[in-house]
Amino acid sequence: MPFDVAAIRADFPILHRQVNGKPLVYLDNAATSQKPQAVIDSIVEYYSRYNANIHRGVHSLSQEATDAFEQARIKIQKHFNIAKKHEVIFTSGTTHGINLVAQGFSNLLEAGDEVLVSALEHHSNIVPWQMLCERTGARLEVLPMNAEGTLAMDQLKNVLSSKTKLVFVNHISNALGTINPIEEIIQKAHQVGAAVLVDGAQACSHLQPDLQALNVDFYVTSAHKMCGPTGIGMLYGKESWLEKLPPYQGGGEMISEVTFEKTTYAELPHKFEAGTPNIAGGIAFGAAIDYLQHIGLDAIAQYEAELLAYATQELGTIEGMKIYGTGPDKTSVISFNVGEIHPYDIGTILDQMGIAVRTGHHCAQPVMQYFNIPGTVRASFAFYNTKEEIDALVNGVRKAQMMLS
Amino acid sequence: MSISKKQQEIVAEFSLFDDWMDKYQHLIEMGKTLPLIDASEKTEDKLIKGCQSKVWLHAQLNDDRVVFTADSDAVITKGIIAILIRVFSMQPPEAVVQAKTDFIDEIGLKEHLSPTRANGLVAMIKQMKLYALAFETQMNEQ
Repeated sequence: MPFDVAAIRADFPILHRQVNGKPLVYLDNAATSQKPQAVIDSIVEYYSRYNANIHRGVHSLSQEATDAFEQARIKIQKHFNIAKKHEVIFTSGTTHGINLVAQGFSNLLEAGDEVLVSALEHHSNIVPWQMLCERTGARLEVLPMNAEGTLAMDQLKNVLSSKTKLVFVNHISNALGTINPIEEIIQKAHQVGAAVLVDGAQACSHLQPDLQALNVDFYVTSAHKMCGPTGIGMLYGKESWLEKLPPYQGGGEMISEVTFEKTTYAELPHKFEAGTPNIAGGIAFGAAIDYLQHIGLDAIAQYEAELLAYATQELGTIEGMKIYGTGPDKTSVISFNVGEIHPYDIGTILDQMGIAVRTGHHCAQPVMQYFNIPGTVRASFAFYNTKEEIDALVNGVRKAQMMLS
Repeated sequence: MSISKKQQEIVAEFSLFDDWMDKYQHLIEMGKTLPLIDASEKTEDKLIKGCQSKVWLHAQLNDDRVVFTADSDAVITKGIIAILIRVFSMQPPEAVVQAKTDFIDEIGLKEHLSPTRANGLVAMIKQMKLYALAFETQMNEQ
């Protein structure tokens, strides 16, 4: 069956609105994806039909809500091929998941230990580790990048040693779209006894990682970049690691017994899910996974590859076009500058034409410093974008160039 | 010319253009009229935080009037600064401190120049007023 983008677009109400008097061309999908009606409906239905607190009420509504929330956990478990459902921890998003692990590791690291991050990281994957190192006296090492915007894998052996206890790398770079060779990093890290956390925030809307096959220790992602709502995400941790980490926050639901003398912590996953969770968000995360499964991640990847190739070719015809991130493995993200024009100026003019792109350093200042630029214009495509929208982008950039030069 | 007169003048200028592209073109042209600042003056302490592009703002007191000079690495931002400098530069500090800034809504680039945009407009106005307030205090002490 051919990929029917018109039918898919009909599922997304927001794609039919206008911005500044022009049809919206939404190319900021790496910041957040748009939501299909099925996901929006799941939130409305929860609040209209069975809103109740979960895991504690004896009444029917509470049971319905609990079932729906736990059903979503199982959907996530199956989607990522996770061995046990209690290895799926609901978080408020990727950043929360990273901080939860960083906090936990502050009890496991000692002065002299090393933590390795990649040079392609988002700030949310640098700052928590810097804080962790400050608390524990561990050292932060960096795996460098090269001019293509890919990781310098030949240098991995120089920064990885028996002192390395933790390795943090994003699955896909948010600034450039580079797909990192996480299989190799995980394998080499395990050879020296280090645990690996992969930030999958940018990956899960484009591909479907098999977490058991990857043999990764921790994997974090956010629902809102994969057609789900904001404020909910997943932390996957191998059971053995999650048992080792102390609870992150105190509160209701994370305890099994409390007296003033001693508190016994609840079993996984509740140990890390203190307080009332984002119930509607969790259920809608499940609905988003259903939706992505219905379209099919393979079909999505294939279609997005076409969009990427087309956009790369068409943008390449613009004089002065410089694309950052030119490695062989990348997702449908194009980070670029045109001549000496400031990315902010291009983004502003594009906005007037109803075209939404991201401009700036994309919370990845080290990447921008490497290229010695203030930032880039980033166009990121989703499976509901079209070649016509890419034409609109290319025309928009040409117009901006004419006005700004 | 008073601050409010200058504001009315700018609003009138922009009202000549119907099309957003022409308004932006005018803004960009205004940015090009900004006097160039020597690279040595573009120092960290003159950078305004809160802008997506870099904005350097410098102020001095000449004959009891505040003189602003500024620059940016983005041309639309330069246009915005050029408007602000035309309005606020060469004015008594007290007048700058008390000036209203709602004329920006009337220029017709409201969506773009609205305070919630990450263009640093608010930060620029605040910094200009802070300089003016410092000069005003300094003058009152003499």
